[in-house]
Amino acid sequence: MARKIKMIMAKPGLDGHDRGAKLLARIFAEAGMEVVYTGLRQTPEMIVSAAEQEDADVVGLSSLSGVHNYFFPRVVELMKEKGLDDVLLVGGGGGIIPEEDYDSLKKSGMAAIFGPGTPTTEIVSFIENNVRKR
Amino acid sequence: MSIDYAAQILAGSHRAAARLISWLEDEDERAYGLMAGLYPHTGSAYVVGITGSPGAGKSTLTDKLARVIRKNGLKVGIIAVDPSSPFTGGALLGDRVRMNELTQDPDIFIRSMATRGFLGGMAKSTAEVVKVLDALGKDVIIIETVGVGQDEVDIIGIADTTCVVLVPGLGDAIQSMKAGIMEIADVFAVNKADKQGADQLCGEICARLEIDSHIKERDWTAPVNRTIAVEDIGIEELWLSIESHRKYLFDSGRFYTNRRERTSRETLRMIHAELFRVIREQLEKNGRLDAAVEELMNKKRDPYTLMREIVNEWLSISRHKETS
Ligand SMILES: Nc1nc2c(ncn2[C@@H]2O[C@H](COP(=O)(O)OP(=O)(O)O)[C@@H](O)[C@H]2O)c(=O)[nH]1
Ligand SMILES: [Mg+2]
Repeated sequence: MARKIKMIMAKPGLDGHDRGAKLLARIFAEAGMEVVYTGLRQTPEMIVSAAEQEDADVVGLSSLSGVHNYFFPRVVELMKEKGLDDVLLVGGGGGIIPEEDYDSLKKSGMAAIFGPGTPTTEIVSFIENNVRKR
Repeated sequence: MSIDYAAQILAGSHRAAARLISWLEDEDERAYGLMAGLYPHTGSAYVVGITGSPGAGKSTLTDKLARVIRKNGLKVGIIAVDPSSPFTGGALLGDRVRMNELTQDPDIFIRSMATRGFLGGMAKSTAEVVKVLDALGKDVIIIETVGVGQDEVDIIGIADTTCVVLVPGLGDAIQSMKAGIMEIADVFAVNKADKQGADQLCGEICARLEIDSHIKERDWTAPVNRTIAVEDIGIEELWLSIESHRKYLFDSGRFYTNRRERTSRETLRMIHAELFRVIREQLEKNGRLDAAVEELMNKKRDPYTLMREIVNEWLSISRHKETS
């Protein structure tokens, strides 16, 4: 049985729209990944527990509420605390994340931040090229 | 330094369990040595299967049921199975959405699994994953399976108690009763009892159970529970029904005979799978399969004789090895 890339798709923060995150989850599933969609209003703790139990290779964070500067680094930190530091963390925020934040988010441990309009094929190949071996 | 995953799992490490489960899903060689070590520590967890049509409320019910079980001081493992796409091999696993709050409880472990082409509403390795969660120290393991059509039947091979979830107004009941769901249910949950038609559905199920009891005598009749999972109504009662089925299994000796049958079936299945894997690998590697298929296509040979030839060859190899 070939191994599959397992991904957690999470929507941290308090805003109530998850159409975008759900659509992305579906796109990644169609690219052959096994995508665990965790739904709205996730705390960093919930995301990290889910990543641990699911043995996720990738965690995708989608934030529209502008709290990425707190949430994303917090997820990185908790992942490290749990020893899950080989998990690929990617994020996006559909235009809400200003480009000047990209660098500091990457420095905090996010592998990539994808801006609005990034072709999903690009995201998929980034994941495929950078995912850990197990 | 290599990590002693088995020891970690026995000590309750979610992370080690999660990794072993991935290896089982991938049929990675590393899994089997570990499983051999864990096997003596399995068998004490009680396994509950929850099945029913998509959207019936299985995940919501699982979430609420897990809370009731935790209130009783028991640790819970949850395996939520969703189908893989036959076209892309990927899967969208959405059951966790309904169980988010459980994630914070260190005595609950939830794992989503894709079927990866395996039929019967389950993934191929689901039974193995049950053992991992058992060794991890979970007292009750809930398996939520994709219930479509008749596939649900496989859950009875793994679960001690199978709970069938039906909902009013889907024309679902009549359908399911045809599909043999009456036979597999140890407990019924009529969920979405807030909707119209719940009374009628309960009536239909009871009537059907009554008729069946005349056809075939049974010492257990599946209780019918009404639940409104979203409002957390009827869940305690559902758990009591599951508990009383469990008590029935113990008192009647069925628990032991069922588990014995399961062990026998699993052993045969493992032997079957491994033999097939080894033979197939060999046939594909040396190009013999291709050549044989060519001959079959040209009608130079027939598959019946060919099959016997191959099987006999393998039997004589093993006999030869034994005596040498
Ligand atoms: N009205 C009503 N809706 C429910 C009930 N239980 C679950 N639902 C809803 O039914 C939908 C499907 O639930 P889910 O648990 O995901 O079903 P599953 O596909 O069987 O796992 C969700 O929108 C739930 O909120 C219930 O008792 N009453
Ligand atoms: Mg579900």
